[in-house]
Amino acid sequence: MPAEAVGDSAPILKLSGVTKVFGAVTALDGIDLEVRRGEVVALVGDNGAGKSTLVKILSGVHSKTSGTIEFNGAEVSIDTPGRAIDLGIATVFQDLALCENLDVVANLFLGQEVNAWRLNEVEMEVRAWKLLGELAARIPSVREPIASLSGGQRQTVAICRSLLLDPEIIMLDEPTAALGVAQTAEVLNLVERVRDRGHGVILISHNMEDVRAVADRIVVLRLGRNNGTFGPEATQEELVAAITGATDNSVSRRAGKRQDETTAAGEAR
Amino acid sequence: MSETPKIDRADTRVRADEGLLGALRGFLDRLRSGDLGVLPVILGLIVIAVVFSSLNPVFMRPNNLTNLLFDAAAVGLISLGVVFCLLLGEIDLSIGSMSGVASAILGVLWVNAGVPWPFAILAALAAGAITGFVYATLLNTFGMPSFVSTLAGLLALLGLQLYLLGKSGSINLPFQSFVIRFGQTMVMPGWLSYLVALIPGATIFWFGLQTRTQRAQANLSVPSMSVLVVKAAGLTAIILGAVWYLNQGRGVPWMFLFFMALVAGMEYVLKRTKFGRSIFAVGGNREAARRAGIKVERIRIYAFMLCSTFAAFGGVLAASRLASASRQAGTGDVNLNAIAAAVIGGTSLFGGRGSAWSALLGVLVIQAISNGLTLLNLSSSLRYMILGAVLAIAVIVDSLARQSRASHGRA
Ligand SMILES: Nc1ncnc2c1ncn2[C@@H]1O[C@H](COP(=O)(O)OP(=O)(O)O)[C@@H](O)[C@H]1O
Ligand SMILES: [Mg+2]
Repeated sequence: MPAEAVGDSAPILKLSGVTKVFGAVTALDGIDLEVRRGEVVALVGDNGAGKSTLVKILSGVHSKTSGTIEFNGAEVSIDTPGRAIDLGIATVFQDLALCENLDVVANLFLGQEVNAWRLNEVEMEVRAWKLLGELAARIPSVREPIASLSGGQRQTVAICRSLLLDPEIIMLDEPTAALGVAQTAEVLNLVERVRDRGHGVILISHNMEDVRAVADRIVVLRLGRNNGTFGPEATQEELVAAITGATDNSVSRRAGKRQDETTAAGEAR
Repeated sequence: MSETPKIDRADTRVRADEGLLGALRGFLDRLRSGDLGVLPVILGLIVIAVVFSSLNPVFMRPNNLTNLLFDAAAVGLISLGVVFCLLLGEIDLSIGSMSGVASAILGVLWVNAGVPWPFAILAALAAGAITGFVYATLLNTFGMPSFVSTLAGLLALLGLQLYLLGKSGSINLPFQSFVIRFGQTMVMPGWLSYLVALIPGATIFWFGLQTRTQRAQANLSVPSMSVLVVKAAGLTAIILGAVWYLNQGRGVPWMFLFFMALVAGMEYVLKRTKFGRSIFAVGGNREAARRAGIKVERIRIYAFMLCSTFAAFGGVLAASRLASASRQAGTGDVNLNAIAAAVIGGTSLFGGRGSAWSALLGVLVIQAISNGLTLLNLSSSLRYMILGAVLAIAVIVDSLARQSRASHGRA
């Protein structure tokens, strides 16, 4: 059923030929990408493949060098972070982008404060606890500055932040890198819940197990270019080959060695 | 004991600091982690009072303190403005010259050109606003660091001040006017000063009660009533005592009340509005603020404009205090005194930490030292050296507290 819905709906976000050049470095070269309603797209690739750069372009942090971005069928230019937020694109940045001198509530609501000329701290605090609760976050107090939180707690705060405005698309750049077991599971649950609400998700992760568990499609980037799109049924070898660009590499050799060993062990028995 | 747990008290690791003892414990914890708050300033003021009054008993006489408050308002207002720049992690080194230009504009327009004084003051403030706008634009469009642009501005404004004042170099302001009486003689009637003295405590109590009911309705933990009462009553007692003491002499200057009111207003802006929150965010992590959709450029423009406008206003008050607009206005130690006041009061030079109160507390320290040294008939050479040392100490305290906070993970 969900598969049909995915197939039918028009993409919320559609990138064609997006290119980003930093001086001499072409970080992205002609990237195509589509995200539909109720779809989780995993973006994978080695370090430096350009995943974060793509996220930053879609969140208005960097401007693209060329290419087009369509949002809900209309071409848009996402030239400022405010524009991305207005469109309904929420982002969890790899470096989190939190203000260490402000407390958790202030960070969650930064730029979206309730009651601009008389901040409603009580309402913000209640909503903060509710959002944190949805992620089963282990944050002792929301009135402590971010500086006093652990890496995982900060990551949870950053993820909660992205949920605040009920966005159409949420992009998570390695959101589980610093998370514990329980939080990682919660984040993956959350990704599924966001999808079930009909929103689109772009998930960047190095954990292929997580990726295959939640992704509807897996898009591989390699050295700033598209390098294949896979379904969740893709094997580890296929993905690794696409990510590293070779069938014969250290990863597949290691995998092969392990395979041989288990076979050998089986035969010995 | 069967009530539902408060939303924010679910985590058992958090110690709930209930009641007066709890508040005291929390306070000590903060001290230990380098969050010194206003403590160094209060201690500093006590030391200053003890030292200077033992050297010259005149220091603590009510009339001298009234004088001190008259003097404090002008520099205090300049300092209040620079708090906005410091919070962004920027600086304005031209606030002294800006105040000098403002006093010159007041003199030229009011006395030489016959413009009614309210309009002359407005023109001076507008000059401040424009200057701040220029600095922010230089920073936004060319990335020109504020300490460079405002250093250039310092010279340019000084030149403008000399140009405006022309050959005479000094313009005397009409002695009988409201402006001069405001800056030199006007004190509050005794009964009114006592009434006004009740306002801060009453405000704290009123807002405290409101917060308590709102939090209780939202099922959040409620701050303790006894702490609230002690805070409000303690503050009221201190202020009433100070006002009573001043009323033994000339009384409380209107000009100082005016300054206090602006400080309170700016504290509200900084801590209770989205604009203030944005200033702290930009000062704490500019890129994070930008990614949250905050228009960093616009925040800078407002902050620099506020800074220069307050500097201009301080210049106007200084002119009314001295009853003249002269070449010396805003030169010498005005610049550094204003910046030092903000830092001494607890606003960090590194951005993202501070308050409007810091201008009030800091300027009291600076002005008390300055006044005490003058009473001792020390030459300005020594005065400069001592104030320089005080500024250095304040910055060292700021840096040490920052390191300690970092090692205690408290930003
Ligand atoms: N601001 C920048 N200036 C110059 N080069 C950059 C910048 N940001 C990223 N790059 C380069 O772009 C490439 C892709 O980086 P990034 O998107 O962070 O990779 P990933 O997130 O996939 O690990 C890298 O080679 C990196 O050095
Ligand atoms: Mg990355």
